[in-house]
Amino acid sequence: MTIYDAVSANKRKTIFVMFIFILFVLTISYILSKALGGDGLSFAGAMLIFSGIYTFASYYYSDQIVLALSGAKPAKKTEFKTFFETVENLSIGSGLPTPKIYVINDSAPNAFATGRDPKHAAVAATTGLLQKLDKIELEGVIAHELSHVKNYDTRLMSVVAILVGVVAMLSNIFLRNMWWGNISGRDSNRRDNTIFMLVAVFAAILSPIIATLIQLAVSRRREYLADADGALLTRYPEGLACALEKIASDRHIMKSANLATAHLFIDNPFKSNYNKNWLLNLFSTHPPAEDRIRILRAM
Amino acid sequence: MSFVQILIIITVLTVAYFWLTYNSLVTLKERIKEALSTIDVQLKRRFDLIPNLIETVKGYAKHEKSVFEEVTKARSQLLSAKTPKEKADANNALGETLKSLFAVAEGYPELKASQNFLSLQGELTDTENKIAYSRQFYNSNVLDYNTKIKSFPALLFSGYFGFKEEEFFQAEGEEKTPIKVQF
Repeated sequence: MTIYDAVSANKRKTIFVMFIFILFVLTISYILSKALGGDGLSFAGAMLIFSGIYTFASYYYSDQIVLALSGAKPAKKTEFKTFFETVENLSIGSGLPTPKIYVINDSAPNAFATGRDPKHAAVAATTGLLQKLDKIELEGVIAHELSHVKNYDTRLMSVVAILVGVVAMLSNIFLRNMWWGNISGRDSNRRDNTIFMLVAVFAAILSPIIATLIQLAVSRRREYLADADGALLTRYPEGLACALEKIASDRHIMKSANLATAHLFIDNPFKSNYNKNWLLNLFSTHPPAEDRIRILRAM
Repeated sequence: MSFVQILIIITVLTVAYFWLTYNSLVTLKERIKEALSTIDVQLKRRFDLIPNLIETVKGYAKHEKSVFEEVTKARSQLLSAKTPKEKADANNALGETLKSLFAVAEGYPELKASQNFLSLQGELTDTENKIAYSRQFYNSNVLDYNTKIKSFPALLFSGYFGFKEEEFFQAEGEEKTPIKVQF
């Protein structure tokens, strides 16, 4: 698979995800409205406009939303000189315009890239990453992120974060509430209860499907490909391998990551102790760091 | 299918093949030009940093005239270089003379402690890294292009249309590793 195949596949998949999202919102709103005894079609029509605008916005503003969700702030060149120089140098090396540079104030080392195309790209790293990695390791991480930008992975991944991720979060909330029985005690309003149960059952059925959609966007091959492209750019796979070791063995957990944005990061921001929850495991989107390190060391 | 039809199909396919290959060669060649201009931007930056550096060093080490002259000469050669090979050679030569300039600076503790000198040294190192990366990008484009014009069947006509092999931007000798800056 050449980079051009990867780029066109990503563009195609982005449109597919946007289409599926609108279809999904329409179906849900139609059924819910019918179940409540309303006129399903007019409600679904209103939702069509809403979801259309939302999808449109997700395409153009996904980078801004993702950066805001992660608490990323624009970095100052005087303060983060090495980070700036590394991003500039590697952009030159890969022939990309220099992306906007952001910093997340979090002691857990992690990084991600976003943006709908290389001209609107942004790279964000946590302060933990900038403190804990040395220059060669940082180069490895940035090269990996720039490869995501170059392959248009960032377009698909950001749109997925905004569209599918939000649905995933909602269904997760409903599912938890159903299990914990938060609603069983209150039967003063049975009608509300029925609606809630209906949504919860929906969420239960939909969660695996949504998870599959996220998996579609963040196939393991995508991460391995970015690792390989990044290594080609720095000509030093060991740098990224060391960085991944440090990131994976770090015990801090990212406070600013959530289910919607987890797949964007270079390594799973929820550490393994989170994975006791089978639902979160469904959303586990990263190939194991050990495998990636092994492959990088074999290059 | 008649003979004429087959002939038409073959002609159309051949024309389409030439059309596409020609255009892709033009694109590859334009990319090389663009990559070379990226190197030029960084070479220019290095070029512009040097007078400041010489002035700063002069402030502390007036008597090292021969080193200043060498650096200035190498710098002006960079300006007159036209082809990628000349530019690479001039840049490598400049790197050599800068090394002797920094070796001279070693003998002047006050100079080494000067904030101005340190920041210039830092910028110069950054520029050298950027030159290295732009060279890498240029060379990978040249590799793509050269591979394409030398592959069969493009090989048969690439020369006829004036697509010649392009030169790599060589890093020679010590220039392969960035200059070590000692503090």
